[in-house]
Amino acid sequence: MQLYLSDRTLVLEGELNKLTVPIAAKELKATIKQNPVTMIDLSRISMIDSAGVAFLEELQLYLAPKTTLLLIKGASSNVQAVIDTFSSSDSLRITKERKKGYFEEVGEKFINFCQELYSGLTLASEIFYYSGVGLFSRKGQRKGSLTQQATQLGSQALPIVALLSLIVGFIIALQSGVQLQNFGANVFIADLLAITTVREMGPLITAIIVAGRSGSSIAAEIATMQVTEEIDALKMMALNPIRYVVVPKFHAITIVMPILVMFSVLVSEFGGALIAIGLLDIAPETFISRSIAMISIKDIIVSFGKSIWFAWVIVIIGAYYGFQVKGGAEGVGKATTSAVVSSIFGVIVFDAIFSLLYL
Amino acid sequence: MKKQTPIIEIRDLTAKYGETTVLDNISVDIYPQEITVILGVSGCGKTTMLKNMLRLYEPAGGSVRFWDQDILSLDDAAYNEVLKRTGMLFQNGALLNSISVYENISIPLEMHTNLSTEIIDRMIRVKLALVGLSEAIYKYPAELSGGMKKRAALARALALDPHILFCDEPSAGLDPVTSAALDELILDLKKQLQMTIVIVTHELGSIHRIADRIIFLDEGKILFTGNLADAMQAGIPQIDRFFKVGMF
Ligand SMILES: Nc1ncnc2c1ncn2[C@@H]1O[C@H](COP(=O)(O)OP(=O)(O)O)[C@@H](O)[C@H]1O
Ligand SMILES: [Mg+2]
Repeated sequence: MQLYLSDRTLVLEGELNKLTVPIAAKELKATIKQNPVTMIDLSRISMIDSAGVAFLEELQLYLAPKTTLLLIKGASSNVQAVIDTFSSSDSLRITKERKKGYFEEVGEKFINFCQELYSGLTLASEIFYYSGVGLFSRKGQRKGSLTQQATQLGSQALPIVALLSLIVGFIIALQSGVQLQNFGANVFIADLLAITTVREMGPLITAIIVAGRSGSSIAAEIATMQVTEEIDALKMMALNPIRYVVVPKFHAITIVMPILVMFSVLVSEFGGALIAIGLLDIAPETFISRSIAMISIKDIIVSFGKSIWFAWVIVIIGAYYGFQVKGGAEGVGKATTSAVVSSIFGVIVFDAIFSLLYL
Repeated sequence: MKKQTPIIEIRDLTAKYGETTVLDNISVDIYPQEITVILGVSGCGKTTMLKNMLRLYEPAGGSVRFWDQDILSLDDAAYNEVLKRTGMLFQNGALLNSISVYENISIPLEMHTNLSTEIIDRMIRVKLALVGLSEAIYKYPAELSGGMKKRAALARALALDPHILFCDEPSAGLDPVTSAALDELILDLKKQLQMTIVIVTHELGSIHRIADRIIFLDEGKILFTGNLADAMQAGIPQIDRFFKVGMF
């Protein structure tokens, strides 16, 4: 591969392919320097491939500002055929995008955010509306879909909720037990455990697990249905996709979540009790009676309220990302990830709000 | 071609994805008991046209009248009534993946009629027999080949005995024998059941066999509507190229 200037013509010689293009590109500047070039002579090119064609297009672009008339000539018919196949006709019309100003960019992001928020809220209100309607009429839902969803959701989450709750029970009891022992206040472990598990840990742990397991599968299922046109097919069958797909999940999660939370609290208490009774020398009766005495009706209501609210956050965010999916299979993965991250974030934010509201 | 009142009237329909305009102010009529074939290179907006005229995507502008009612301004109940009288075979079938072929076809019947399970069962079987897929009745979509999925989806589209049937590339990916059988079926639907059929297809043979009228889409505009013979003599380069090369 060689290139040289003869008068105002740039002559390329030899093979112009993916191996030689880098060499040509390297020599180009040194060869041309500041000389004007009006013609590219390809008559000595013996072979060219798509890399070579791309190089020619780049070369045209590179030379275009400095010359008024640029001719490419002399390609043999073989070479010309390859060029015709691989050249993109509008390669010379590449226009640079105008760079946006800072305020323009911030403004655009803000508008996008508002639009997303708006469509999210619209979806949320539709989900609430149809879930409400769905309480009284099963029209537009498949028979048995609620039971199926509820069993699936519950059985998916149960083992891991149990395991994590047990461990968290251990940890709380151990950590605080050691501190309390220093003050000789061992018995208060029961009070502390009851309050933290019922009001905080139970709903939070369960919500995070359900967000990870079921939030992701809601997003993935809806996104897949969107990509494979199943959502369109539902609409075409005069079925409302929210009623058909989301409402059974909404009802199922609303029923299952409080049950899971209750279960989580009991297991955490059990874990904590093992530590309290085994290591901190507290009598089982004392532990149980103090725990029960500690929990007020209000605590239980807050706990259930939280768990149901978290459940709704998870379904709505999962559905939102599912319906928003763009592109093919790759979009489904993105939707799923975003749904999990956002719903865990949402759950924690609402948990903070709850803690402020019901101290 | 006889002078008739159209069954679907599309006026100034504009379709966009975000900022990209895919269909630009198209106006066209579909006539009853005819097979209308929509042609155009892939990516020119044929699927988009079907989905927008049925309001599966909200069009950016224009009006679409089915049976002389503008479906873009109908309330949900009236719009659903229109949908129940139309069926659509999607490009990839779009069977619901989590349920069997049988259940897929039973959904519209269960949801929109008060028929007994025995009657529904018979209707499902006869529709599957019609598309030659009786043996796959209890299979799941994942267990079907591409061509079988399409035929199952066609059976679902026919579940409610629609008056208008839309088919998005029904024979793409089918072998020539099945594809010819499908053409026969479509002709039968028109002749025996007086169905109005709108088909997107690239199969030249199929176009020759079934088309009463063609709509040629190019770069967001309608280049031609009319019968096939006229299309081939209209001297429009894009159309000539299409028929010369055949497949896109
Ligand atoms: N959901 C979508 N979002 C954005 N662009 C789309 C979407 N669907 C189709 N398009 C674009 O719209 C154009 C027309 O697509 P389509 O109607 O599917 O073409 P056809 O069915 O004629 O092959 C294509 O350029 C395609 O990339
Ligand atoms: Mg298409």
